[in-house]
Amino acid sequence: MDQQNTHAEHKYPGYGIYILVWLGLLALTGVTVTLAGINFGGLTVATALLVASVKSFLVLKIFMHLGAEQKAFKIFVLVAIFFILISFVLLFSDYSFI
Amino acid sequence: MSTEEHSVLHVHRDDIGSRMGMWLFLFTELLLFGGLFFLYSVYRFVNQEQFHIAAKELNTLIGTFNTIILLTSSLTMALAIAAIQRNNKSLSVFFQTLTILLAFGFLVNKYFEWSIKFHHGIFPGSEVLLNKPKGEILFFGLYYVMTGLHGLHVIIGIVLIGVMTRLTIKNVINQDSYVKLEAAGLYWHLVDIIWIFLFPLFYLIT
Repeated sequence: MDQQNTHAEHKYPGYGIYILVWLGLLALTGVTVTLAGINFGGLTVATALLVASVKSFLVLKIFMHLGAEQKAFKIFVLVAIFFILISFVLLFSDYSFI
Repeated sequence: MSTEEHSVLHVHRDDIGSRMGMWLFLFTELLLFGGLFFLYSVYRFVNQEQFHIAAKELNTLIGTFNTIILLTSSLTMALAIAAIQRNNKSLSVFFQTLTILLAFGFLVNKYFEWSIKFHHGIFPGSEVLLNKPKGEILFFGLYYVMTGLHGLHVIIGIVLIGVMTRLTIKNVINQDSYVKLEAAGLYWHLVDIIWIFLFPLFYLIT
């Protein structure tokens, strides 16, 4: 029983990593709020979306355990994100490149 | 006879398949919100100036506060799973309860935020709103639909995590079988990710 428990300690990520990721997410929220106060012109939206993407990556990889899942899960998520991005590009080819 | 015995004793379980099923469901959620994000991006692109003016009406402080609440609730949900993995039932129940309380906190904030907007006469179909330029009407329309749909997901999440807390107390969810809790966690983290994008798009980019 004791052996099993020590086995579990090795197998699963510790509490610490989650708290660390949470601190990172709070810090990035601080960054994005601060950056919003500065006017980057056309880059304002891009920087906000970049920070949001980094935050989402952390949530997906650590909180949602995607890093520890089988390869198929990662491929599925990448395909889903790819199609969202493709849809955005095609959508804006109708609006902005004319 | 042996096959009969086998069919009684054999409990079919496929945790990886269960999680994969949950992920597939999350992709449909991504499509649901994705469609609304498409709408937002196009309307923002064609009404840049009016979106800029309308976004200034939103309270950044309340938005930031709610972001912190939701990120923290995501942490407590992840910790609840880490606790059950270590066979610490009471700690897991504690973290799940904390997640539910934080979710309620989010909704209370949302209630006050919307109440103030309503008080100023800004709600779908109101006279004040309809007299504004078209771009601002679109902004507030999207604001209510997208944060409203997100709020609905928070309510569903509360119910879902509540059920999981009950199952944990009744030992249905335990160290050997906690895939239900994981699925609820995945749902909750997706709700968090959607807010991570809603927050800057509505509250910050002015």
